[in-house]
Amino acid sequence: MDRKILTTLLLASGLALAGCATKPKELPPQPTGATTTTTTNPPVTQPMGPMPGSQADFIASVLGDTILFDTDRYNVDSEDQGILQSQAQWLARYPDKRVTIEGHCDERGTRDYNLALGERRANAAKNYLVSLGIDASRITTVSYGKERPIALGSDEVSWAKNRRSVTITVQ
Amino acid sequence: MKPAFAALLPALALAALGSPLAAQQAVKPATPAAAASTAAPADEGLTGSVTDESEWQDLGIAIPTFPTNEMLPTAADGGNTEALGRNLARVIYGDLKNNGLFKPVGPDALPAIAYGEVAAPAFPNWRARSAEMLVQGFVKSAPDGRLTVGCYLYDVALGSELARQGYVVKPEEWRRAAHKCADMVYSRLSGESPFFDSKIAYIAETGPKDHRRKQLAIMDSDGANHRFITNGQATALTPRYSPDYSKIAYLSYLNGTPRIYVYDIGTGRQTLVTEGKGPTFAPRWSPDGKSILYSMAIAGNTDIYRVPAAGGTSVKLTDSPGIDVGGSYSPDGQKIVFESDRSGSQQVYVMNADGTNQKRISFFGGRSATPEWSPRGDQIAFTHIAGNLRIAVMTPSGGEMRYLTDSWQDEAPTWSPNGRIVQFFRTAKSTGRTAIWQVDLTGRNERRLNTPVDGSDPAWGPVLP
Repeated sequence: MDRKILTTLLLASGLALAGCATKPKELPPQPTGATTTTTTNPPVTQPMGPMPGSQADFIASVLGDTILFDTDRYNVDSEDQGILQSQAQWLARYPDKRVTIEGHCDERGTRDYNLALGERRANAAKNYLVSLGIDASRITTVSYGKERPIALGSDEVSWAKNRRSVTITVQ
Repeated sequence: MKPAFAALLPALALAALGSPLAAQQAVKPATPAAAASTAAPADEGLTGSVTDESEWQDLGIAIPTFPTNEMLPTAADGGNTEALGRNLARVIYGDLKNNGLFKPVGPDALPAIAYGEVAAPAFPNWRARSAEMLVQGFVKSAPDGRLTVGCYLYDVALGSELARQGYVVKPEEWRRAAHKCADMVYSRLSGESPFFDSKIAYIAETGPKDHRRKQLAIMDSDGANHRFITNGQATALTPRYSPDYSKIAYLSYLNGTPRIYVYDIGTGRQTLVTEGKGPTFAPRWSPDGKSILYSMAIAGNTDIYRVPAAGGTSVKLTDSPGIDVGGSYSPDGQKIVFESDRSGSQQVYVMNADGTNQKRISFFGGRSATPEWSPRGDQIAFTHIAGNLRIAVMTPSGGEMRYLTDSWQDEAPTWSPNGRIVQFFRTAKSTGRTAIWQVDLTGRNERRLNTPVDGSDPAWGPVLP
């Protein structure tokens, strides 16, 4: 019971956060210097904000493109859910956009198994997006197993960063 | 005399070895090169023993240059038959030495012998050098360029011949004659099946840890005749030679997702192992080369399938909600050992080749992965994960588990054709650099293979016919 309430709360907070994150980009046409632009005088005539529906827009709009997993696990925890909810909101806003979810593992496993585990993680993220109403046909998955680490150390901190799924928009 | 040979080498035509003709004097004045001692270090702690190799392992074997009856130009390494004779002896020396099996002395530390001595060794000279065994041979070039290589093994103490073989090879295959000779010596002295005349497919790795370039490559068992098959633009992984060496099944990200391709070495063409929807990985050939096992993920769930190598309908062999992956046939093709996490963690299971009667066999604590059935059938090599990753072996019923290595990360064992040596790859902590290593079934003679760049995922094929 308690657990259910907690989950609901986390879910709500996740949604709230997601809501916050989307705010800055509700005014994309306005070329005011976003936090990402530097202070250099802009000779460029184009608007500074990311183009709506672009990968940059996706990154600017969502809580994160990455969710992390425990060793050998592939469950989507409440923090992951918040992130995926923000991704789902973006996908709902751009119904013609598609995404690929990459599944990754840390280096401390055997190659074949990690390919399978990465696929499982990417599918866990996909399934959660689908449960939020995103059409499954808009989401593809690809496993890189342990082939593409982002953290290069051989330690727990690095491994934790590498056990991930990453959502990337298909442009 | 006209010795008869047992059948061998349809590819390398068999040569009838007469005594190489000869009117030659005795051995040149012996340069006092140390014969029987290359100061080998003492055993570095073995972890268990299978059969005691020590009796034949320390044998001093002299391998002088193979003389020729006539110095002729050849397309083989050396440019002429005289230089080739030295190269042949060097390859044999390298085979016997690098695998830590014997204590050979090669042609660069021995006096030359005359052509006429090949079939009539100067035993007293070799006794004086403390050689226990003597490998002599000759090389001749025929007008069509083909080479005839004779190979003789003598027991110096007894002053008698133990074995002889002859091979006719094309110049570009000269190393195979040397490997066959080394195989003859090894088999005659150890009682084991040969393995030198075989090839290895593997993944050549270059570049930083987060951007590793991974190319499919092949080489002979001693690292010679190295060749890159793919250019590295698409990540290639986990190759497996077909038993006849005509094809390689391997994983490639060619079209963005991991799929198994079957690459035809002769034509350079490749085909998908299956048109199935999901990503496919972990290819394995059946011992007769007629079937390929692969693992495919559907909606995140991975199972093992079998498909005819010539193409056709796939049969699903496993059906658990967990990850079932890999698979390695018993030599008789009746059973398959594979890996599954259906119990909650990676463990090793055995099933009948049709997928029935799946049973877990690994109960060692930790995780057990990448099982590979020995070509002899009596052992299964695997990766044991308990903190570090180590290579271990067990019986097909899951008994008598023994570690063969002890390092930070060793994985993916593959067997020598005779089931005496296990190759694997070792990853360095932090840098992520990889290298191919091998170790005897006894846990001894661990050594790193020389590859042009880093290497992983070795797959050793059978002895060539």
